[in-house]
Amino acid sequence: MPRLSADAGHAVRLTVNGRAMEGEAEPRMLLTDFLRHKLGLTGTHVGCEHGVCGACTIQIDGAPARACLTLAVQADGAHIRTVEGLAPEPGRLSVLQEAFRRHHALQCGFCTAGILMSLDWYLRQTPEPSEAELREFLSGHICRCTGYVPIVAAALDAAKRLRETGEGK
Amino acid sequence: MKPAPFDYVRAATLAEAHDVLAAEASDAAVLAGGQSLVPLLSMRMARPKVLLDIMHIAELGGIRVENGAIRVGACVRQAELLAWPELATHQPLLAQAVPWIGHWQTRARGTVCGSIALADPSAELPLCLLALGGEVTLSSKQGRRGMKADEFFTGLMSTARRDDELIEAASFPCRRPGEGFAFREFARRHGDFAIVACAAIAMDNSVRLAVGGVADRPIVREFDGAGDEALAAFAKELDARDDLHATADYRRNLVRRLGRIAIDEARRCRV
Repeated sequence: MPRLSADAGHAVRLTVNGRAMEGEAEPRMLLTDFLRHKLGLTGTHVGCEHGVCGACTIQIDGAPARACLTLAVQADGAHIRTVEGLAPEPGRLSVLQEAFRRHHALQCGFCTAGILMSLDWYLRQTPEPSEAELREFLSGHICRCTGYVPIVAAALDAAKRLRETGEGK
Repeated sequence: MKPAPFDYVRAATLAEAHDVLAAEASDAAVLAGGQSLVPLLSMRMARPKVLLDIMHIAELGGIRVENGAIRVGACVRQAELLAWPELATHQPLLAQAVPWIGHWQTRARGTVCGSIALADPSAELPLCLLALGGEVTLSSKQGRRGMKADEFFTGLMSTARRDDELIEAASFPCRRPGEGFAFREFARRHGDFAIVACAAIAMDNSVRLAVGGVADRPIVREFDGAGDEALAAFAKELDARDDLHATADYRRNLVRRLGRIAIDEARRCRV
């Protein structure tokens, strides 16, 4: 049972968007800061830093979670997906991202990465959500620009297209 | 908003965890899902010297039915309990209450026993454990002991757990024939802390009502009749608190209103 001391950096190895990655973290380093500062993945945004706003939402071992409520050392060995992993290839957006663009589901874009990571997971679990279900699900995210209407519209549209194309699986 | 420094220990066995707690006592904090502890660390309201991560202890996983109760191990996340196919059959109250805990994104990490260990007075799981007359299993190097919920919750964010102990599991009694259950909560937005939450259990000749968010801990009362007058008297006796979300009187009023709805629904749901 190794004890990681407070004042030293320790190797954290994890899989991010399908690639094995490694960085050094003190035990107190949050996963948000590890992703951004150690791995250079700045798509994950830091908002409230206490789990309320949802901007830093990523997928940890296949489920959406707040990166700011997780320590980097806790994530050693985990499989992580961030917004950088959503696009199927460079220059092409995912069905969900495309729907966000079409519906103007973002203005400043600060909350968007977190919302995308949540919805990417949710639409795979719930291919045919009602608007009420989507709104309840989105209660874990705060957007101060859009008023949520275009976000909900984009999610419903993306769900429909994913059902039609079978890409959601 | 960065935590103060601490050492990190990832225990692989229960015995290792007990050793750390025996050596460090109040200098250690037990880390499970971290959905409350990590923000407390970030805000520096908690400053442990050592963080003991128990999520890799295989002995602490799993949900099983044992001695008429659902035994939930310390590593079981709230989302895992909610997705357990037998939950609504064995304990409808939990099936109704768990979706009210935080958000999908926090239930995916937060654990059942972690919420009970924190003992937030507005939290759903301590309320359900108390309403159902459940218990926690505490263990340390000294041994193992069971403790009923009404002895375990001792006040605002405080419990009878000793510093060298950890919660191994929580046991929620399964539904018995003739019982009906209902859960009601009021908050500004879904996922916020409850201003008032009510859990009602209707039985043959009585009804039990537990309320959270009102006093410094969840409170339970058993009624024979549970008419409006009895409910109003109960609400009046509660040591309700004022805060920026609601006054004490507003909370008592919510207990009367939501309590009534929950009790009536629980009676209709008796099978």
